[in-house]
Amino acid sequence: MRMAERDGHKAFAPKRAPSYDDVLNCIRCGLCLSVCPTYRETGTETNSPRGRVAMIRAAAEGKLELSRNFVDHMYRCLNCGACAAVCPSGVEAHEIVIDARVEIDNKLPQPAIKKWVFEGLLPSPARLEAAAWPLRLFQRSGLQWLAERTGLLNMLPYNLGKTAQLPPKLPMSPLRHRLPEVTPARGERRYRVAFFLGCAQSLLFAESSAATVRVLARNGAEVVTPRDSVCCGMPAMAYGDLDTALRLARRNIDIFERIDADVIVTDCATCGESGKQYREWLKHDPVYSEKAEAYSSRFMDISEFLAGIPLDDRLSEVKARVTYHDPCHLVRGQGVSSQPRKLLQMIPGVDFVEMKEANWCCGGAGTYAMTHYETSMKILDRKMANAAETDAEVIASGCPVCQMQLGYGVRRAGLEMQVTHAIALLDRAYRDR
Amino acid sequence: MDQMKRELIASLCSIVGEEWVLTTPEDLICYGYDASYLQDRPGVVVLPKSAREISEILKLSNSERIPVVVRGTGTGMSGGSIPNEASMVLSVTRMNRVKEIDLVNLVAVVEPGVITADLQAEVEKLGLFYPPDPASLKQSTLGGNVAEGAGGPRCLKYGTTKDYVLGLEVVLPTGEIIRTGGKLMKDVTGYNLTQLFVGSEGTLGVITEIILRLIPKPQAKRTAMAVFPRLEDATQTVTNLLGAGILPSTIEIMDNTTIRVVEEYLKMGLPVEAGAILIIEVDGREESIIPEIEEVGLVCQRSGASEVQVATTAEGCEALWKARRAVSPALGRLAPAKQGEDISVPRSAIPEMVRRIGEISRKYDLVIPVFGHAGDGNLHPNLLFDTRDHEMMERVHKAASEIFTAAIELGGTLSGEHGIGLVKQPYIARRLSPPVLGLMQRIKTTFDPNNLLNPGKMLYPEQP
Repeated sequence: MRMAERDGHKAFAPKRAPSYDDVLNCIRCGLCLSVCPTYRETGTETNSPRGRVAMIRAAAEGKLELSRNFVDHMYRCLNCGACAAVCPSGVEAHEIVIDARVEIDNKLPQPAIKKWVFEGLLPSPARLEAAAWPLRLFQRSGLQWLAERTGLLNMLPYNLGKTAQLPPKLPMSPLRHRLPEVTPARGERRYRVAFFLGCAQSLLFAESSAATVRVLARNGAEVVTPRDSVCCGMPAMAYGDLDTALRLARRNIDIFERIDADVIVTDCATCGESGKQYREWLKHDPVYSEKAEAYSSRFMDISEFLAGIPLDDRLSEVKARVTYHDPCHLVRGQGVSSQPRKLLQMIPGVDFVEMKEANWCCGGAGTYAMTHYETSMKILDRKMANAAETDAEVIASGCPVCQMQLGYGVRRAGLEMQVTHAIALLDRAYRDR
Repeated sequence: MDQMKRELIASLCSIVGEEWVLTTPEDLICYGYDASYLQDRPGVVVLPKSAREISEILKLSNSERIPVVVRGTGTGMSGGSIPNEASMVLSVTRMNRVKEIDLVNLVAVVEPGVITADLQAEVEKLGLFYPPDPASLKQSTLGGNVAEGAGGPRCLKYGTTKDYVLGLEVVLPTGEIIRTGGKLMKDVTGYNLTQLFVGSEGTLGVITEIILRLIPKPQAKRTAMAVFPRLEDATQTVTNLLGAGILPSTIEIMDNTTIRVVEEYLKMGLPVEAGAILIIEVDGREESIIPEIEEVGLVCQRSGASEVQVATTAEGCEALWKARRAVSPALGRLAPAKQGEDISVPRSAIPEMVRRIGEISRKYDLVIPVFGHAGDGNLHPNLLFDTRDHEMMERVHKAASEIFTAAIELGGTLSGEHGIGLVKQPYIARRLSPPVLGLMQRIKTTFDPNNLLNPGKMLYPEQP
C-alpha cells in the first residue's frame, strides 16, 4: 500500500493518502479498545481501531498484501469515529481506514454493483429514485406482508431476507418532487436558507424533511431547495470511491454557489458532515479549494442553525418521555450534541431523559446493517437495551440511517417506542399553533 | 514444518473451537504488539474460554515444545507480551467475567480478562473500592495487572496490585491447575506462591482466576492542582507534604513538556508556562479532607507554588485525572515512537533523580519529558524517537542506560510497575546480583522445565 511520506522517497503523492507519520503516531496504548463498538462486540484485536491501524501500517511497509482478508477487515469498521475522539495521540483511525479503502478501490478490481451504484445512481437523483421503486412496490403490493408471514424472506440468500425489512415504509413519492424551490418565510423574512435535501431524507423520510422546512419557515427563514443537488458523496467516500465522491462534491458546490443564502442547512447528519468536510476533500484542487472552503463554512446542521437563532416560542404541548440518540456524524463528525437536546427540551410537555451511552454507534453506519448484519445487530441490541432502560416513548435523533436502524431495533425488540427526527417533534409542537 | 503447524492448528481447534484459533497474516499482525515500540508476529493465536482449555493448550505446548506467550489486551509497556514466529499467543480476553463480589468477605473473584475499570465501576456501585489505578485502567485487564504487578497514582496511600491479590487459580506450564491463597486476610501456610506470581510477567503460569481484596469506598475526595514555576520546587514539595504529616492518596507530577502536550490534546487550560504541576488528591470523610486539602495548598505555596486550584466537583476531579492519564499516549504526538521508562527511587531521591534526567537530556540532545508518581518515587521519563533515525537511536540507548545507572546509584530500581519484559532485559544484571539472578533462574526452571512460557522475557536473554 502506498502512502505519502514526509521525506517523499516513495515518490507517489496520492490525492488522499494517510501520511506514514499519521500511522506511526499510534503508540498502541489501546485506549480505543474501550470505545470501539466492533471490538466490544467481538473481543478480537483484528476488529479494533488499533488493529486496523497496525494492518494498514504493515501493508504500507510491504509486510501485508491487500488480500481479501485485508479488504474484509477494512470494511468491518463502522467509521463511527469513537476511536479518534478518545485517541490521545491524535490518530484518526476511522479516517485512515477510509484512506485504505480508497487505496483498495484504486488497486483492486471492484464489484460491478459498486460501479453501478456510485457512478450510475448517486450522481443522478432521478435514477436513484427509480431504483427505489422495486422496494416501494414490494412494500405496497402486500408482497412484504405475505413474505414476512410465509417465511418467504428467510429463503433468500445471506441476510437479504432480514435486511429487506430494514427500511421504513417508503413515501409514495420522493420529497424532491413535492418541495417547492422556494418556501416563503412565515411572517417577516429574517433569513434566507439554502436547504440541502439528502437522498435518504427525500426517499425514506420525506415527511421528516418536509417538517424541517416548515420549522425553518415558521422561524422567519425563506427556504431555497435546489432540485438538482446530488448525493453528498459520503457513501462513495466510505466505499473508497474517491473520484465519485469528489465529483459529487464539486457538483453540489456549483449548485449552491449560485444560491444567495446566509447558510446551507441540512437535516441529515451524514450530508452535514460531508458538507463540512468538502474543504478537506478538495483542499488540493486548484479550482475548487476556495469554493469548497466557502461552501463548508456556510454549512450547518438544522439543529445547529435553530439553536443559534431566537425561536418562535408559541409551541403546543407534546406529552412524551423523550430520549435522544447521537448520530456519529453529528456528535463526533460535527461536534453537535447539545443543540438537538436544547430544542427537544424547549417543547412543553417533553420529559427529556438521557440514555446511557447516547453517543455510542447504533450499528446502522451507512450500509453496515446490510453488509454485516450479525455484528450490526449485536451493536443495535446494546443500543436498544440502553434506550429501553429510559422508559422513553420517543427516541429522537438526526440521521436517516440511525432512524432506520433504531426503527428496526424497536420492532426487533418488540418495544413500544416511536423513532423520530428531533426537528419533526418540534414541528409537531408547532402544528396546532 | 508446515505439516507440524497444520497439526498444531487442528489440535488447538479441537480444544477451543475453530472460531477461536486465528491464523491469517492480518490476525497475526494484530496480536504481535503491545504498548511498547516493539512488534513481531506469532505463529498462531488462540483465545480459550476456561482454565480447562488452557490446561489442554499448555499440555500440547509441552508435548510439541511450542512456546506460549500470554496476553490480555496488550497494553503492557515493556514488551512482555511480544511473541515471535515460533510461538503461539494465548489471549485471555474472552475470560472476562466478574464471577463474584463477596460483600461479607469484601473480595471480588474475577477472570483474568476483566477490564480494570469495569471491575472498579461494578464494585463502586456497591460502595466498595478497588484502588489500583494504572493509567491504562480503561483498557488493561486484571490478569495483566497481576502478571505485571501494575501500580498507579494511588499507590502512595493504597499500594499496588500486589497488595490486593489474595489468591489465584493458575495453570502451570506443564498443565496442572493449582490454587493459591484464598478469601483470606491472613495465610502463612507454606511459601507465598500468590505473590510469586504477581509480577512474574507470564513466565511461571497462566492466571485463570483472581481473588481480589476490596475496601470500603472513601466517602469523598478533593483534587488540587499546584502550579510551580520551577520543577525543582515541585519535587521538593513531595517531601514537604509528607513531612507535614499529610498522606494524600496521590501526588502526581507533570513537567513542562508533558503539560504542553496534554494541553494540546485536551485544551483544558493547563498552565503551559509552568515548570511543573503537581496533582494532589486527598480522600476520606468529608469533614477531614476539607482542612487537609487546605493544608496541602498552604504547604505547596510555602514550597514555591505560584497557584493552587482545588477541584470541588466530581467533573473537575475527573478532568484533572483525564489529563494525567492522557500523558503517556499524548506524548505520541511529539515523535513517531517512544519508550516510557519506569524507574523507581526512594522518595527522598526524587529531586536528585529529576535533576540527573535533565542533565542526561541535555548531554544527548534529546527531549525527555518527565512525569509520574512523585509521591511514591516512581517516575516515567519518556524517550522520544524515530526508529528510522539510526544516529538518534544510538543516543537514545545511551541515555536510557544512563538513566538506569542513575536510578540504581540512588538506591532505586529499573522498573516500578511496567515490568522488565524485553525492553529492560539488557539491564537486569545491573540491579540483580548473580546469586539473585541464579536463584530466579532456578525458580523459573522449577515451574517451567521446558522453558515454554514466555521464554526470553525478563530473565533469559537466550534459552538456557
